[in-house]
Amino acid sequence: MAATEKSLESEAIPYETIDRVLDTYKGDPSAIIPILQDIQEALDYVPKEGIGYLGDQLGVSPAKIYGIATFYAQFRLQPKGKHTIMLCVGTACHVNGAKLVGNTITDELGIKGGETTGDGLFTYEEVACIGCCSLSPVMLIDGETYAMLTPKSTRKILKDFRGKTDEQNENE
Amino acid sequence: MHDHDKTLVKVGLSTCGIAAGGYKTYDVLEKELEKADIDVSLEKTGCVGMCYREPIVDVITPDGKLFSYGDVTEENAARIVNEHLVQGQPVADLLMNEEREGVVGTQNRISLRNCGIINPESLEEYRERDGYKALEKALKEMTPEDVIEEVLKSGLRGRGGAGFPTGLKWRFTRQNPGDKKYIVCNADEGDPGAFMDRSIIEGDPHAIVEGMLLAAYAVGSNEGHVYVRAEYPLAITRLEIAMKDAKEAGLLGDNILGTDFSFHMKIKKGAGAFVCGEETALIASLEGERGMPRLKPPFPAEKGLWQKPTCINNVETFANVPWIIYNGAEKFAAFGTEKSKGTKVFALAGKMKRGGLIEVPMGISLRDVIFGVGGGIRDDKKFKGVQLGGPSGGCVPESLLDTSVDYESLVKTGAIMGSGGMIVMDETTCMVDMARFFLNFVQNESCGKCVHCRLGTKRMLEILNRITEGKSQPEELELLEEIALNVKEGALCGLGQTGPNPVLSTLLYFRDEYEAHIMDKRCPAKVCRELLTYTIDPELCTGCTRCVKRCPTEAITGEKKEVHVIEQEKCIKCGNCFDACNFDSVIVE
Ligand SMILES: Cc1cc2nc3c(=O)[nH]c(=O)nc-3n(C[C@H](O)[C@H](O)[C@H](O)COP(=O)(O)O)c2cc1C
Ligand code: FES
Repeated sequence: MAATEKSLESEAIPYETIDRVLDTYKGDPSAIIPILQDIQEALDYVPKEGIGYLGDQLGVSPAKIYGIATFYAQFRLQPKGKHTIMLCVGTACHVNGAKLVGNTITDELGIKGGETTGDGLFTYEEVACIGCCSLSPVMLIDGETYAMLTPKSTRKILKDFRGKTDEQNENE
Repeated sequence: MHDHDKTLVKVGLSTCGIAAGGYKTYDVLEKELEKADIDVSLEKTGCVGMCYREPIVDVITPDGKLFSYGDVTEENAARIVNEHLVQGQPVADLLMNEEREGVVGTQNRISLRNCGIINPESLEEYRERDGYKALEKALKEMTPEDVIEEVLKSGLRGRGGAGFPTGLKWRFTRQNPGDKKYIVCNADEGDPGAFMDRSIIEGDPHAIVEGMLLAAYAVGSNEGHVYVRAEYPLAITRLEIAMKDAKEAGLLGDNILGTDFSFHMKIKKGAGAFVCGEETALIASLEGERGMPRLKPPFPAEKGLWQKPTCINNVETFANVPWIIYNGAEKFAAFGTEKSKGTKVFALAGKMKRGGLIEVPMGISLRDVIFGVGGGIRDDKKFKGVQLGGPSGGCVPESLLDTSVDYESLVKTGAIMGSGGMIVMDETTCMVDMARFFLNFVQNESCGKCVHCRLGTKRMLEILNRITEGKSQPEELELLEEIALNVKEGALCGLGQTGPNPVLSTLLYFRDEYEAHIMDKRCPAKVCRELLTYTIDPELCTGCTRCVKRCPTEAITGEKKEVHVIEQEKCIKCGNCFDACNFDSVIVE
């Protein structure tokens, strides 16, 4: 459900959101980063289609904005899935086997880091240290921490999650 | 130490505590306390550094007695309320006072002085522990030059990695002409295995505000920016609260404490680029550009933000300053070695028994940090090396464990002090894989401006990939070394100049591991998947089917009570069968 709504959105330029954000920064071209951050906060991603309009309004070339949006890892140019998995690939988690966990996620969901499943259910991201090194390896699903992961426990968590989501969908 | 007339219950709610379930613990405490109808005050606090024991709950009685509880799950939270707070019987099996004394009590806490002790969202609690007294002292009794002199005398050096004397940086910024000057706090914390700066902001945000105020007064600035990683939402929230409260109390804004000194602070969220931790890239990012570094000089103290003199310091550097000004330079300089004064915070992680945050005097040996404060290696495995300085640093092997923790001694080993990430590795860590891990990071984060870093690190990574996959030739080792040295010399900024360090230091100390991968196609630590095979020893296998059940790809066949066999084509080398077997019959080679 959510996935189809989002993909419709991505075809139209969200003028309203962009205008509102531009307003808070009074069209200040040095505020491109916070402007993009606010747009992403509102829409969950930065629609590529909006970049041209944004450039016009700020008096900066769209290429420059695009350059900034792709330089910084934080910006997403595609909408996210319903659930976001953030696997820590920081040093401590790496030492304690994050790669095996990542392989398991890829195996279970069929997507690599940075991708979203075809059904729009999961986005899988790899992030640097999230500060729970003593619980490593860890991942966050929708902000909830799952610690001391093994390939086996990861598989179970993802399966349970899928099951839960299916149930919810049926109830809706 | 507390003269509150109520018992205080404090829950560790920094990122580590929250990750371990701190909010659930908090909720249970709240509910149970209400049910029991007793009058205690429930509060949050930051990270005391014992992250491996979170969620941590402290009970502090009105006469100041501390009962510290570790691993407080929801169930345990209810016990603390019912047994301790209602019936007056401390829960002995959860108490960790002694352990806390052994871990925290042996440290010297200056930057972490308030973390895990005060409520980070309370200005009052910060002030109770001498907060903003340094600011008052500076504004009322000291000239800006006095402040600079005091910081110089303390010997404080930048904690962001390079170790430049803070007092000198402040003096240059003050002396350089400019109608406007800026203070910048570098809270980008790019090392992918470190969390000191985040913990300090989450646990004691006013210390940063006060540190920046002192810097501003000293260099003659009225505007400051804090550049925080966007991935640190809690740190940002707590800093915002601190700034608001400080402003309302007349400690920030115009005419601070009734003087003509004014200072305004802003928070800028980073956007996830390691290179933005480098000061010139950070400034470019503050100006709204891509975060690409530029050649130095001119240094930011001369031409920084908007081309104005800018004093940029790390979070931990700022956190030390109020303590130094209030307690005096001598007290700070009493800790440490001749050239590295004071204390340093480290984030201990990896194969540590007690992972977490510690603050120790400079000059302590690595051995004392790892085997003393850190409690040694998890599962009592054999220590192999410790990585300092993250992707810009190097690793120190067992033979050099007695190295003193100070800027100069660490550089001699090929590692660096860095910002304080300390990753401990044991016999099950592959050093070639570690080198590849860090280099991959640097490669991804290379901004692409200079060729050495952009292409050099890429070629290096390709070689390392081949080595870990068992596809490389002996000559490639020399080539790897040659490119590494070239990148170090030719790169534009610190990222490229230091990026080859993990490779060079592992080549220096663990060359035999590289050679095993290349010549024998063997990974001694049994990490590099392409080089492993899993088989089952028919003599030892009892046919219990445990491994069959745990194999994710159904690569293991065999009926109950019959010898199992692994089909190599299906095996993804996940190691589950190895973990599952109770009879040591799975052989990894
Ligand atoms: C690639 C690179 C990354 C850096 N990352 C950080 C960082 O995350 N945090 C930090 O405080 N300093 C970082 N630095 C160091 C800064 O450039 C600068 O030296 C520091 O902020 C100065 O503050 P200090 O003198 O208080 O240490 C980095 C440097 C380089 C070359
Ligand atoms: S490295 Fe994963 S939480 Fe720190």
